[in-house]
Amino acid sequence: MSTTVPATGATTTPAHAKPKRARAQLSEGAKADRRLAFWLCAPAVLVMIAVTGYPLIYAVILSLERYNLELPQDTKFIGFANYGAVLTSQYWWQALWVTLIITAISVGITFVLGMLLAEVLHRTVFFRGGVRTISLIPYGIVTVAAAYSWQFAWTPNEGYLSAAFNNGAPLTNQVEAIAVIIVAEIWKTTPFMGLLLLAGLSLVPDDLLRAARVDGATPWQAFTRITLPLMKPAILVALLFRTLDSFRIFDNIFILTSGNNGTASVSTLGYDNLFNALNLGIGSTIAILIFICVAIIAVIFILGFGTAAPGSDAGKR
Amino acid sequence: MAALTVRQRTGWTTANLVVVILALIPVLWLVSLSLKTPAAVTDPSIWPSQWTWGNYSGILQSSQFLRPLVNSIGIGLISTAVSVALASMAAYAIARLSFPGKSVLIGLALLIAMFPLIALVTPMFTIERALGLFNTWFGLIIPYVAFGLPLGIYTLSAFFREIPWELEKAAKMDGATPFQAFTMVIAPLAAPGMVTTAILVFLACWNDFLLAISFTSTISSRTAPAAMEYFSGGSVFTTPTGPISAAAVVITIPIIIFVLFFQRRIVAGLTSGAVKG
Repeated sequence: MSTTVPATGATTTPAHAKPKRARAQLSEGAKADRRLAFWLCAPAVLVMIAVTGYPLIYAVILSLERYNLELPQDTKFIGFANYGAVLTSQYWWQALWVTLIITAISVGITFVLGMLLAEVLHRTVFFRGGVRTISLIPYGIVTVAAAYSWQFAWTPNEGYLSAAFNNGAPLTNQVEAIAVIIVAEIWKTTPFMGLLLLAGLSLVPDDLLRAARVDGATPWQAFTRITLPLMKPAILVALLFRTLDSFRIFDNIFILTSGNNGTASVSTLGYDNLFNALNLGIGSTIAILIFICVAIIAVIFILGFGTAAPGSDAGKR
Repeated sequence: MAALTVRQRTGWTTANLVVVILALIPVLWLVSLSLKTPAAVTDPSIWPSQWTWGNYSGILQSSQFLRPLVNSIGIGLISTAVSVALASMAAYAIARLSFPGKSVLIGLALLIAMFPLIALVTPMFTIERALGLFNTWFGLIIPYVAFGLPLGIYTLSAFFREIPWELEKAAKMDGATPFQAFTMVIAPLAAPGMVTTAILVFLACWNDFLLAISFTSTISSRTAPAAMEYFSGGSVFTTPTGPISAAAVVITIPIIIFVLFFQRRIVAGLTSGAVKG
Protein backbone atom coordinates (compact mmCIF):
# COMPACT_ATOMS: atom_id res chain seq x y z
CA MET A 1 0.00 0.00 0.00
CA SER A 2 1.32 3.40 -0.90
CA THR A 3 1.75 5.51 2.16
CA THR A 4 3.06 8.88 1.10
CA VAL A 5 1.93 11.91 -0.79
CA PRO A 6 4.38 11.31 -3.62
CA ALA A 7 2.68 7.95 -4.01
CA THR A 8 -0.36 9.85 -5.26
CA GLY A 9 1.73 10.99 -8.15
CA ALA A 10 2.81 7.41 -8.70
CA THR A 11 -0.74 6.13 -9.04
CA THR A 12 -1.55 8.87 -11.50
CA THR A 13 1.43 8.43 -13.77
CA PRO A 14 -0.15 5.63 -15.79
CA ALA A 15 -2.94 7.99 -16.86
CA HIS A 16 -0.42 10.71 -17.50
CA ALA A 17 2.15 8.63 -19.26
CA LYS A 18 -0.35 7.05 -21.62
CA PRO A 19 1.17 7.67 -25.06
CA LYS A 20 -0.85 9.79 -27.45
CA ARG A 21 -1.04 7.17 -30.15
CA ALA A 22 -3.04 5.02 -27.77
CA ARG A 23 -5.88 7.49 -28.04
CA ALA A 24 -7.10 6.12 -31.36
CA GLN A 25 -7.26 2.63 -29.92
CA LEU A 26 -9.14 3.54 -26.75
CA SER A 27 -11.67 0.85 -26.10
CA GLU A 28 -15.34 1.59 -25.58
CA GLY A 29 -14.84 0.86 -21.87
CA ALA A 30 -11.97 3.31 -21.55
CA LYS A 31 -14.02 5.99 -23.29
CA ALA A 32 -16.93 5.36 -20.94
CA ASP A 33 -14.50 5.59 -18.02
CA ARG A 34 -13.26 8.95 -19.21
CA ARG A 35 -16.74 10.33 -19.74
CA LEU A 36 -17.81 9.14 -16.31
CA ALA A 37 -14.66 10.53 -14.71
CA PHE A 38 -15.32 13.89 -16.33
CA TRP A 39 -18.86 14.09 -15.01
CA LEU A 40 -17.87 12.85 -11.56
CA CYS A 41 -15.10 15.41 -11.19
CA ALA A 42 -16.79 18.37 -12.87
CA PRO A 43 -18.97 19.52 -9.94
CA ALA A 44 -16.13 19.41 -7.39
CA VAL A 45 -13.70 21.17 -9.73
CA LEU A 46 -16.30 23.78 -10.64
CA VAL A 47 -17.04 24.63 -7.01
CA MET A 48 -13.37 24.76 -6.02
CA ILE A 49 -12.44 27.03 -8.92
CA ALA A 50 -15.50 29.25 -8.56
CA VAL A 51 -14.87 29.84 -4.87
CA THR A 52 -11.10 30.30 -4.99
CA GLY A 53 -9.99 31.03 -8.55
CA TYR A 54 -12.47 33.73 -9.39
CA PRO A 55 -12.10 35.67 -6.11
CA LEU A 56 -8.34 35.41 -6.44
CA ILE A 57 -8.42 37.04 -9.87
CA TYR A 58 -10.86 39.61 -8.52
CA ALA A 59 -8.48 40.29 -5.61
CA VAL A 60 -5.67 40.95 -8.09
CA ILE A 61 -7.88 43.53 -9.84
CA LEU A 62 -8.98 45.12 -6.54
CA SER A 63 -5.36 45.32 -5.41
CA LEU A 64 -4.59 47.57 -8.38
CA GLU A 65 -7.35 50.01 -7.46
CA ARG A 66 -7.82 52.73 -4.92
CA TYR A 67 -11.06 51.46 -3.41
CA ASN A 68 -12.34 52.51 -0.01
CA LEU A 69 -15.89 51.53 0.94
CA GLU A 70 -16.29 54.89 2.65
CA LEU A 71 -15.38 56.72 -0.55
CA PRO A 72 -16.68 54.43 -3.31
CA GLN A 73 -16.94 57.31 -5.83
CA ASP A 74 -13.19 57.81 -5.46
CA THR A 75 -12.41 54.32 -6.87
CA LYS A 76 -9.67 54.45 -9.47
CA PHE A 77 -7.04 52.26 -11.12
CA ILE A 78 -3.71 53.13 -9.55
CA GLY A 79 -1.39 50.35 -10.72
CA PHE A 80 1.00 49.03 -8.14
CA ALA A 81 0.63 51.97 -5.73
CA ASN A 82 -1.12 49.77 -3.13
CA TYR A 83 1.76 47.32 -3.21
CA GLY A 84 4.16 50.20 -2.69
CA ALA A 85 2.07 51.43 0.23
CA VAL A 86 1.92 48.03 1.91
CA LEU A 87 5.53 47.06 1.26
CA THR A 88 6.81 50.32 2.71
CA SER A 89 4.50 50.12 5.74
CA GLN A 90 6.05 49.08 9.02
CA TYR A 91 2.75 47.39 9.97
CA TRP A 92 3.07 44.89 7.14
CA TRP A 93 6.67 44.01 7.95
CA GLN A 94 5.95 43.78 11.65
CA ALA A 95 2.95 41.52 11.01
CA LEU A 96 5.01 39.39 8.63
CA TRP A 97 7.78 39.00 11.20
CA VAL A 98 5.32 38.22 13.99
CA THR A 99 3.66 35.61 11.77
CA LEU A 100 6.98 34.05 10.75
CA ILE A 101 8.21 33.95 14.34
CA ILE A 102 4.97 32.38 15.60
CA THR A 103 5.06 29.89 12.72
CA ALA A 104 8.70 28.90 13.16
CA ILE A 105 8.61 28.54 16.94
CA SER A 106 5.22 26.88 17.19
CA VAL A 107 5.87 24.42 14.35
CA GLY A 108 9.31 23.59 15.75
CA ILE A 109 8.05 22.91 19.26
CA THR A 110 4.92 21.17 17.99
CA PHE A 111 7.13 18.86 15.95
CA VAL A 112 9.20 17.83 18.97
CA LEU A 113 6.12 17.44 21.21
CA GLY A 114 4.22 15.69 18.42
CA MET A 115 7.08 13.22 18.07
CA LEU A 116 6.99 12.55 21.83
CA LEU A 117 3.21 12.20 21.70
CA ALA A 118 3.48 9.80 18.77
CA GLU A 119 6.03 7.71 20.68
CA VAL A 120 3.78 7.66 23.76
CA LEU A 121 0.73 6.68 21.70
CA HIS A 122 2.74 4.10 19.77
CA ARG A 123 4.39 2.40 22.73
CA THR A 124 1.67 2.69 25.33
CA VAL A 125 -0.13 -0.48 26.29
CA PHE A 126 -2.68 0.63 28.86
CA PHE A 127 -5.78 2.64 28.00
CA ARG A 128 -4.46 3.18 24.50
CA GLY A 129 -7.90 4.13 23.21
CA GLY A 130 -8.61 6.39 26.17
CA VAL A 131 -5.33 8.28 25.88
CA ARG A 132 -5.78 8.66 22.13
CA THR A 133 -9.31 9.97 22.57
CA ILE A 134 -8.28 12.53 25.17
CA SER A 135 -5.24 13.63 23.21
CA LEU A 136 -7.59 14.30 20.28
CA ILE A 137 -9.65 16.83 22.24
CA PRO A 138 -7.35 19.80 21.55
CA TYR A 139 -7.53 18.95 17.84
CA GLY A 140 -11.31 18.80 17.87
CA ILE A 141 -12.10 21.75 20.13
CA VAL A 142 -13.18 24.95 18.41
CA THR A 143 -10.10 27.18 18.27
CA VAL A 144 -12.11 30.15 19.49
CA ALA A 145 -13.34 28.24 22.56
CA ALA A 146 -9.79 27.22 23.43
CA ALA A 147 -8.58 30.78 22.83
CA TYR A 148 -11.11 32.09 25.36
CA SER A 149 -9.88 29.52 27.85
CA TRP A 150 -6.32 30.83 27.44
CA GLN A 151 -7.45 34.44 27.58
CA PHE A 152 -9.39 33.94 30.82
CA ALA A 153 -6.52 31.91 32.26
CA TRP A 154 -4.20 34.89 31.77
CA THR A 155 -6.62 37.53 33.07
CA PRO A 156 -4.99 39.09 36.16
CA ASN A 157 -6.78 38.30 39.45
CA GLU A 158 -9.07 35.81 37.71
CA GLY A 159 -7.04 33.26 35.80
CA TYR A 160 -5.18 30.25 37.16
CA LEU A 161 -2.14 30.84 34.95
CA SER A 162 -1.93 34.52 35.81
CA ALA A 163 -2.21 33.61 39.50
CA ALA A 164 0.57 31.08 39.07
CA PHE A 165 2.81 33.74 37.49
CA ASN A 166 2.57 36.56 40.03
CA ASN A 167 -0.70 37.95 38.68
CA GLY A 168 1.04 38.88 35.45
CA ALA A 169 -0.85 40.34 32.49
CA PRO A 170 1.18 38.91 29.61
CA LEU A 171 -1.40 39.79 26.98
CA THR A 172 -0.60 43.50 27.31
CA ASN A 173 3.05 43.07 26.40
CA GLN A 174 4.26 42.22 22.89
CA VAL A 175 6.82 39.51 23.63
CA GLU A 176 4.80 37.84 26.38
CA ALA A 177 1.58 38.01 24.36
CA ILE A 178 3.32 36.33 21.42
CA ALA A 179 4.56 33.64 23.81
CA VAL A 180 0.98 33.08 25.04
CA ILE A 181 -0.25 32.89 21.44
CA ILE A 182 2.46 30.36 20.62
CA VAL A 183 1.51 28.22 23.63
CA ALA A 184 -2.14 28.28 22.55
CA GLU A 185 -1.12 27.24 19.02
CA ILE A 186 1.10 24.44 20.28
CA TRP A 187 -1.61 23.07 22.58
CA LYS A 188 -4.15 23.07 19.76
CA THR A 189 -2.01 21.54 17.04
CA THR A 190 0.23 19.01 18.77
CA PRO A 191 -2.37 16.20 18.55
CA PHE A 192 -2.69 16.64 14.78
CA MET A 193 1.09 16.60 14.38
CA GLY A 194 1.29 13.61 16.73
CA LEU A 195 -1.25 11.63 14.71
CA LEU A 196 0.45 12.31 11.39
CA LEU A 197 3.79 11.29 12.87
CA LEU A 198 2.20 8.26 14.52
CA ALA A 199 1.08 7.07 11.10
CA GLY A 200 4.68 7.36 9.91
CA LEU A 201 6.02 5.78 13.07
CA SER A 202 3.85 2.70 12.75
CA LEU A 203 5.51 2.02 9.38
CA VAL A 204 8.92 1.61 11.00
CA PRO A 205 9.41 -2.15 11.41
CA ASP A 206 9.99 -3.15 15.02
CA ASP A 207 12.39 -5.89 13.87
CA LEU A 208 14.73 -3.31 12.42
CA LEU A 209 14.87 -1.39 15.70
CA ARG A 210 15.39 -4.60 17.65
CA ALA A 211 18.18 -5.66 15.30
CA ALA A 212 19.86 -2.31 15.78
CA ARG A 213 19.66 -2.67 19.55
CA VAL A 214 21.16 -6.13 19.33
CA ASP A 215 24.00 -4.65 17.26
CA GLY A 216 24.69 -2.26 20.13
CA ALA A 217 22.90 0.93 19.04
CA THR A 218 21.64 3.22 21.80
CA PRO A 219 17.93 4.10 21.73
CA TRP A 220 18.89 7.60 20.55
CA GLN A 221 21.02 6.19 17.73
CA ALA A 222 18.22 3.85 16.72
CA PHE A 223 15.84 6.83 16.69
CA THR A 224 18.05 9.19 14.67
CA ARG A 225 19.56 6.59 12.29
CA ILE A 226 16.53 4.38 11.64
CA THR A 227 13.24 5.88 12.80
CA LEU A 228 13.75 9.44 11.56
CA PRO A 229 15.04 8.56 8.06
CA LEU A 230 12.23 6.04 7.55
CA MET A 231 9.70 8.63 8.68
CA LYS A 232 11.01 11.38 6.43
CA PRO A 233 8.03 11.44 4.06
CA ALA A 234 5.52 11.54 6.92
CA ILE A 235 7.56 14.26 8.64
CA LEU A 236 7.65 16.42 5.52
CA VAL A 237 3.90 16.14 5.04
CA ALA A 238 3.21 16.95 8.68
CA LEU A 239 5.57 19.95 8.64
CA LEU A 240 4.15 21.28 5.37
CA PHE A 241 0.55 21.08 6.61
CA ARG A 242 1.41 22.62 9.96
CA THR A 243 3.57 25.40 8.55
CA LEU A 244 1.00 26.57 6.04
CA ASP A 245 -1.75 26.30 8.63
CA SER A 246 0.25 28.20 11.21
CA PHE A 247 1.13 30.92 8.72
CA ARG A 248 -2.61 31.61 8.36
CA ILE A 249 -2.98 32.08 12.15
CA PHE A 250 -6.01 34.22 12.89
CA ASP A 251 -8.44 32.87 15.53
CA ASN A 252 -6.04 32.73 18.47
CA ILE A 253 -4.65 36.22 17.88
CA PHE A 254 -8.06 37.72 17.23
CA ILE A 255 -9.43 36.44 20.55
CA LEU A 256 -6.31 36.77 22.68
CA THR A 257 -5.05 40.23 21.71
CA SER A 258 -7.10 41.44 18.71
CA GLY A 259 -3.70 42.06 17.17
CA ASN A 260 -2.95 44.87 19.64
CA ASN A 261 0.47 45.60 21.18
CA GLY A 262 2.33 44.57 18.07
CA THR A 263 0.90 41.05 17.89
CA ALA A 264 -0.96 41.35 14.58
CA SER A 265 -0.36 38.52 12.10
CA VAL A 266 -0.67 39.02 8.37
CA SER A 267 -4.16 37.54 8.52
CA THR A 268 -5.42 39.82 11.30
CA LEU A 269 -3.82 42.77 9.49
CA GLY A 270 -5.71 41.88 6.31
CA TYR A 271 -8.92 41.50 8.29
CA ASP A 272 -8.50 44.89 9.99
CA ASN A 273 -7.86 46.61 6.70
CA LEU A 274 -11.09 45.25 5.33
CA PHE A 275 -13.47 45.56 8.26
CA ASN A 276 -12.07 48.46 10.26
CA ALA A 277 -10.46 50.59 7.59
CA LEU A 278 -12.93 49.37 4.92
CA ASN A 279 -10.08 49.64 2.44
CA LEU A 280 -10.70 47.01 -0.22
CA GLY A 281 -7.68 48.01 -2.29
CA ILE A 282 -5.14 47.67 0.52
CA GLY A 283 -6.96 44.63 1.97
CA SER A 284 -6.74 42.86 -1.40
CA THR A 285 -3.08 43.82 -1.76
CA ILE A 286 -2.36 42.20 1.60
CA ALA A 287 -4.38 39.16 0.52
CA ILE A 288 -2.31 38.77 -2.65
CA LEU A 289 0.96 39.22 -0.74
CA ILE A 290 -0.12 36.52 1.75
CA PHE A 291 -0.97 34.25 -1.15
CA ILE A 292 2.51 34.81 -2.60
CA CYS A 293 4.11 34.05 0.80
CA VAL A 294 2.14 30.81 1.08
CA ALA A 295 3.15 29.86 -2.46
CA ILE A 296 6.82 30.47 -1.61
CA ILE A 297 6.58 28.32 1.54
CA ALA A 298 4.83 25.56 -0.42
CA VAL A 299 7.49 25.64 -3.17
CA ILE A 300 10.28 25.40 -0.60
CA PHE A 301 8.63 22.34 0.94
CA ILE A 302 7.87 20.72 -2.39
CA LEU A 303 11.53 21.12 -3.34
CA GLY A 304 12.18 19.36 -0.02
CA PHE A 305 9.77 16.63 -1.08
CA GLY A 306 11.71 16.29 -4.29
CA THR A 307 14.65 14.73 -2.48
CA ALA A 308 12.28 12.27 -0.81
CA ALA A 309 10.09 11.91 -3.88
CA PRO A 310 10.33 8.15 -4.37
CA GLY A 311 8.53 8.11 -1.03
CA SER A 312 7.35 4.53 -1.09
CA ASP A 313 10.88 3.40 -1.95
CA ALA A 314 12.24 5.22 1.08
CA GLY A 315 11.17 2.28 3.19
CA LYS A 316 13.49 -0.06 1.33
CA ARG A 317 16.62 2.06 1.44
CA MET B 1 4.71 -6.82 25.51
CA ALA B 2 5.05 -8.83 28.70
CA ALA B 3 8.73 -7.94 28.60
CA LEU B 4 8.03 -4.46 29.99
CA THR B 5 9.87 -3.87 33.24
CA VAL B 6 8.24 -2.16 36.19
CA ARG B 7 10.33 0.91 35.48
CA GLN B 8 9.22 1.08 31.86
CA ARG B 9 5.65 0.55 32.92
CA THR B 10 5.76 3.48 35.35
CA GLY B 11 7.53 5.55 32.72
CA TRP B 12 4.87 5.07 30.07
CA THR B 13 2.06 5.50 32.59
CA THR B 14 3.54 8.81 33.72
CA ALA B 15 3.91 9.89 30.10
CA ASN B 16 0.27 9.03 29.50
CA LEU B 17 -0.80 10.96 32.56
CA VAL B 18 1.13 14.01 31.42
CA VAL B 19 -0.53 13.83 28.00
CA VAL B 20 -3.99 13.51 29.52
CA ILE B 21 -3.49 16.36 32.01
CA LEU B 22 -2.02 18.74 29.44
CA ALA B 23 -4.84 17.99 27.00
CA LEU B 24 -7.58 18.42 29.57
CA ILE B 25 -6.61 21.40 31.74
CA PRO B 26 -7.72 24.21 29.40
CA VAL B 27 -11.00 22.37 28.84
CA LEU B 28 -11.58 21.82 32.57
CA TRP B 29 -10.82 25.50 33.15
CA LEU B 30 -13.63 26.44 30.75
CA VAL B 31 -16.01 24.01 32.45
CA SER B 32 -15.05 25.45 35.84
CA LEU B 33 -15.55 29.06 34.69
CA SER B 34 -18.92 28.19 33.22
CA LEU B 35 -20.08 26.82 36.58
CA LYS B 36 -18.83 29.74 38.66
CA THR B 37 -21.16 32.42 39.94
CA PRO B 38 -20.26 35.95 38.77
CA ALA B 39 -18.78 36.60 42.22
CA ALA B 40 -16.68 33.44 42.10
CA VAL B 41 -15.23 34.22 38.66
CA THR B 42 -12.62 36.45 40.28
CA ASP B 43 -11.27 33.43 42.17
CA PRO B 44 -8.47 31.89 40.10
CA SER B 45 -8.81 28.39 41.52
CA ILE B 46 -9.93 25.69 39.09
CA TRP B 47 -12.39 24.29 41.63
CA PRO B 48 -15.35 26.76 41.77
CA SER B 49 -16.01 28.18 45.25
CA GLN B 50 -19.67 28.87 44.40
CA TRP B 51 -21.54 26.78 41.85
CA THR B 52 -24.32 27.80 39.49
CA TRP B 53 -26.06 26.56 36.36
CA GLY B 54 -27.06 30.17 35.69
CA ASN B 55 -24.60 30.67 32.84
CA TYR B 56 -26.06 27.70 30.96
CA SER B 57 -29.70 28.58 31.55
CA GLY B 58 -28.82 32.15 30.58
CA ILE B 59 -27.28 31.37 27.19
CA LEU B 60 -29.76 28.60 26.38
CA GLN B 61 -32.64 31.07 26.82
CA SER B 62 -30.99 33.79 24.80
CA SER B 63 -31.54 34.03 21.06
CA GLN B 64 -28.07 35.60 20.93
CA PHE B 65 -26.71 32.10 21.42
CA LEU B 66 -29.52 29.72 20.43
CA ARG B 67 -29.99 31.13 16.96
CA PRO B 68 -26.24 31.00 16.14
CA LEU B 69 -26.16 27.46 17.51
CA VAL B 70 -28.95 26.47 15.12
CA ASN B 71 -27.07 28.26 12.31
CA SER B 72 -23.87 26.39 13.14
CA ILE B 73 -25.62 23.03 13.08
CA GLY B 74 -27.62 23.76 9.92
CA ILE B 75 -24.77 25.32 7.95
CA GLY B 76 -22.38 22.60 9.13
CA LEU B 77 -24.70 19.75 8.15
CA ILE B 78 -25.61 21.15 4.72
CA SER B 79 -22.00 22.01 3.88
CA THR B 80 -20.86 18.57 5.00
CA ALA B 81 -23.53 16.74 3.01
CA VAL B 82 -22.81 18.66 -0.21
CA SER B 83 -19.04 18.46 0.19
CA VAL B 84 -19.00 14.74 0.91
CA ALA B 85 -21.37 14.03 -1.98
CA LEU B 86 -19.26 15.99 -4.50
CA ALA B 87 -15.97 14.78 -3.04
CA SER B 88 -16.99 11.13 -3.15
CA MET B 89 -17.82 11.44 -6.87
CA ALA B 90 -14.41 12.94 -7.60
CA ALA B 91 -12.61 10.54 -5.27
CA TYR B 92 -14.27 7.58 -6.96
CA ALA B 93 -12.99 8.80 -10.31
CA ILE B 94 -9.50 9.29 -8.87
CA ALA B 95 -9.37 5.91 -7.19
CA ARG B 96 -11.03 3.78 -9.84
CA LEU B 97 -10.92 5.32 -13.28
CA SER B 98 -8.04 6.22 -15.49
CA PHE B 99 -8.44 9.59 -17.14
CA PRO B 100 -6.16 12.41 -18.26
CA GLY B 101 -5.78 15.33 -15.86
CA LYS B 102 -5.96 13.26 -12.72
CA SER B 103 -2.74 14.69 -11.33
CA VAL B 104 -3.96 18.20 -12.17
CA LEU B 105 -7.10 17.54 -10.13
CA ILE B 106 -5.08 16.27 -7.18
CA GLY B 107 -2.75 19.25 -7.45
CA LEU B 108 -5.74 21.60 -7.49
CA ALA B 109 -7.15 20.00 -4.36
CA LEU B 110 -3.78 20.31 -2.63
CA LEU B 111 -3.50 23.94 -3.71
CA ILE B 112 -6.92 24.74 -2.25
CA ALA B 113 -6.17 22.87 0.97
CA MET B 114 -3.22 25.24 1.40
CA PHE B 115 -5.11 28.35 0.32
CA PRO B 116 -4.77 31.22 2.80
CA LEU B 117 -8.39 31.92 3.76
CA ILE B 118 -7.74 35.61 4.39
CA ALA B 119 -6.81 36.03 0.73
CA LEU B 120 -10.36 34.99 -0.06
CA VAL B 121 -12.11 37.15 2.48
CA THR B 122 -11.69 40.57 0.86
CA PRO B 123 -12.78 39.67 -2.69
CA MET B 124 -15.43 37.23 -1.48
CA PHE B 125 -16.89 39.87 0.84
CA THR B 126 -17.32 42.18 -2.14
CA ILE B 127 -18.74 39.42 -4.34
CA GLU B 128 -21.17 38.22 -1.68
CA ARG B 129 -22.48 41.73 -1.13
CA ALA B 130 -23.04 42.15 -4.85
CA LEU B 131 -24.87 38.81 -5.12
CA GLY B 132 -26.94 39.30 -1.98
CA LEU B 133 -25.27 36.32 -0.31
CA PHE B 134 -23.75 38.37 2.48
CA ASN B 135 -25.18 37.47 5.88
CA THR B 136 -27.08 34.42 4.57
CA TRP B 137 -26.60 30.71 5.21
CA PHE B 138 -25.51 30.23 1.60
CA GLY B 139 -22.86 32.88 2.00
CA LEU B 140 -21.10 30.51 4.39
CA ILE B 141 -22.16 27.18 2.90
CA ILE B 142 -20.55 27.91 -0.48
CA PRO B 143 -17.02 28.55 0.84
CA TYR B 144 -17.36 25.74 3.41
CA VAL B 145 -18.21 23.29 0.63
CA ALA B 146 -15.27 24.51 -1.43
CA PHE B 147 -12.83 24.11 1.44
CA GLY B 148 -14.35 20.81 2.56
CA LEU B 149 -13.78 19.36 -0.91
CA PRO B 150 -9.98 18.96 -0.85
CA LEU B 151 -10.16 17.32 2.57
CA GLY B 152 -12.96 15.08 1.31
CA ILE B 153 -11.26 14.18 -1.97
CA TYR B 154 -8.01 13.26 -0.21
CA THR B 155 -9.51 11.24 2.57
CA LEU B 156 -12.08 9.49 0.39
CA SER B 157 -9.74 8.56 -2.43
CA ALA B 158 -7.45 6.93 0.14
CA PHE B 159 -10.39 4.94 1.48
CA PHE B 160 -11.74 4.11 -1.98
CA ARG B 161 -8.39 2.66 -3.07
CA GLU B 162 -8.76 -0.02 -0.43
CA ILE B 163 -12.17 -1.20 -1.62
CA PRO B 164 -11.88 -4.53 -3.51
CA TRP B 165 -11.89 -3.88 -7.26
CA GLU B 166 -13.19 -7.34 -8.12
CA LEU B 167 -16.64 -6.68 -6.70
CA GLU B 168 -17.12 -3.80 -9.08
CA LYS B 169 -15.90 -5.86 -12.04
CA ALA B 170 -18.24 -8.64 -11.03
CA ALA B 171 -21.15 -6.20 -10.92
CA LYS B 172 -20.23 -4.89 -14.37
CA MET B 173 -20.02 -8.43 -15.69
CA ASP B 174 -23.48 -9.01 -14.32
CA GLY B 175 -24.61 -6.14 -16.51
CA ALA B 176 -24.37 -3.13 -14.24
CA THR B 177 -23.45 0.21 -15.81
CA PRO B 178 -20.47 2.05 -14.27
CA PHE B 179 -22.99 4.31 -12.53
CA GLN B 180 -24.87 1.35 -11.06
CA ALA B 181 -21.61 -0.23 -10.00
CA PHE B 182 -20.90 2.99 -8.15
CA THR B 183 -24.22 3.46 -6.40
CA MET B 184 -25.06 -0.19 -5.66
CA VAL B 185 -21.72 -1.86 -5.00
CA ILE B 186 -19.05 0.64 -4.14
CA ALA B 187 -21.10 3.19 -2.22
CA PRO B 188 -22.20 0.79 0.54
CA LEU B 189 -18.62 -0.47 0.88
CA ALA B 190 -17.44 3.12 1.02
CA ALA B 191 -19.85 4.12 3.79
CA PRO B 192 -17.34 3.90 6.67
CA GLY B 193 -14.88 6.13 4.82
CA MET B 194 -17.66 8.55 4.02
CA VAL B 195 -18.74 8.75 7.66
CA THR B 196 -15.16 9.51 8.66
CA THR B 197 -14.84 12.14 5.98
CA ALA B 198 -18.16 13.68 6.97
CA ILE B 199 -16.94 14.00 10.57
CA LEU B 200 -13.70 15.68 9.51
CA VAL B 201 -15.49 18.10 7.18
CA PHE B 202 -18.13 18.88 9.81
CA LEU B 203 -15.44 19.58 12.41
CA ALA B 204 -13.75 21.97 9.99
CA CYS B 205 -17.01 23.87 9.34
CA TRP B 206 -17.92 23.87 13.04
CA ASN B 207 -14.48 25.26 13.88
CA ASP B 208 -14.38 28.07 11.32
CA PHE B 209 -14.19 31.57 12.71
CA LEU B 210 -12.63 33.84 10.09
CA LEU B 211 -15.27 33.31 7.38
CA ALA B 212 -18.05 33.29 9.97
CA ILE B 213 -17.20 36.74 11.32
CA SER B 214 -16.43 38.12 7.87
CA PHE B 215 -19.53 37.10 5.95
CA THR B 216 -22.20 37.59 8.62
CA SER B 217 -23.52 40.67 10.38
CA THR B 218 -26.53 39.53 12.43
CA ILE B 219 -27.62 36.46 14.37
CA SER B 220 -29.74 35.36 11.39
CA SER B 221 -26.66 33.65 9.93
CA ARG B 222 -23.85 34.15 12.45
CA THR B 223 -22.45 30.84 13.70
CA ALA B 224 -21.81 29.97 17.34
CA PRO B 225 -18.03 30.63 17.45
CA ALA B 226 -18.59 34.05 15.89
CA ALA B 227 -21.49 34.86 18.22
CA MET B 228 -19.57 34.51 21.48
CA GLU B 229 -17.75 37.74 20.78
CA TYR B 230 -21.04 39.64 20.90
CA PHE B 231 -22.18 38.41 24.32
CA SER B 232 -22.80 41.23 26.73
CA GLY B 233 -21.61 41.35 30.31
CA GLY B 234 -23.33 42.80 33.36
CA SER B 235 -22.07 46.20 32.31
CA VAL B 236 -20.05 47.55 29.41
CA PHE B 237 -16.91 47.15 31.48
CA THR B 238 -17.24 43.53 32.52
CA THR B 239 -16.28 40.66 30.27
CA PRO B 240 -19.11 38.10 30.16
CA THR B 241 -16.70 35.39 31.25
CA GLY B 242 -19.36 33.00 32.57
CA PRO B 243 -21.66 33.05 29.53
CA ILE B 244 -18.74 32.85 27.07
CA SER B 245 -17.31 29.86 28.95
CA ALA B 246 -20.70 28.15 29.03
CA ALA B 247 -21.12 28.73 25.28
CA ALA B 248 -17.60 27.43 24.67
CA VAL B 249 -18.42 24.29 26.64
CA VAL B 250 -21.69 23.81 24.76
CA ILE B 251 -19.98 23.99 21.35
CA THR B 252 -17.21 21.70 22.58
CA ILE B 253 -19.52 18.93 23.82
CA PRO B 254 -20.52 17.65 20.35
CA ILE B 255 -16.83 17.48 19.44
CA ILE B 256 -15.99 15.45 22.51
CA ILE B 257 -18.89 13.08 21.78
CA PHE B 258 -17.72 12.71 18.15
CA VAL B 259 -14.19 12.05 19.30
CA LEU B 260 -15.31 9.53 21.92
CA PHE B 261 -17.37 7.49 19.48
CA PHE B 262 -15.30 7.86 16.33
CA GLN B 263 -11.76 8.06 17.71
CA ARG B 264 -10.47 5.23 15.53
CA ARG B 265 -12.18 6.57 12.43
CA ILE B 266 -10.93 10.11 12.97
CA VAL B 267 -7.38 8.86 13.39
CA ALA B 268 -7.70 6.69 10.28
CA GLY B 269 -9.21 9.56 8.29
CA LEU B 270 -6.68 12.17 9.30
CA THR B 271 -3.73 9.95 8.65
CA SER B 272 -4.99 8.39 5.43
CA GLY B 273 -5.90 11.76 3.99
CA ALA B 274 -2.69 13.45 4.89
CA VAL B 275 -0.11 10.70 4.78
CA LYS B 276 -1.43 8.30 2.21
CA GLY B 277 -2.30 11.24 -0.02
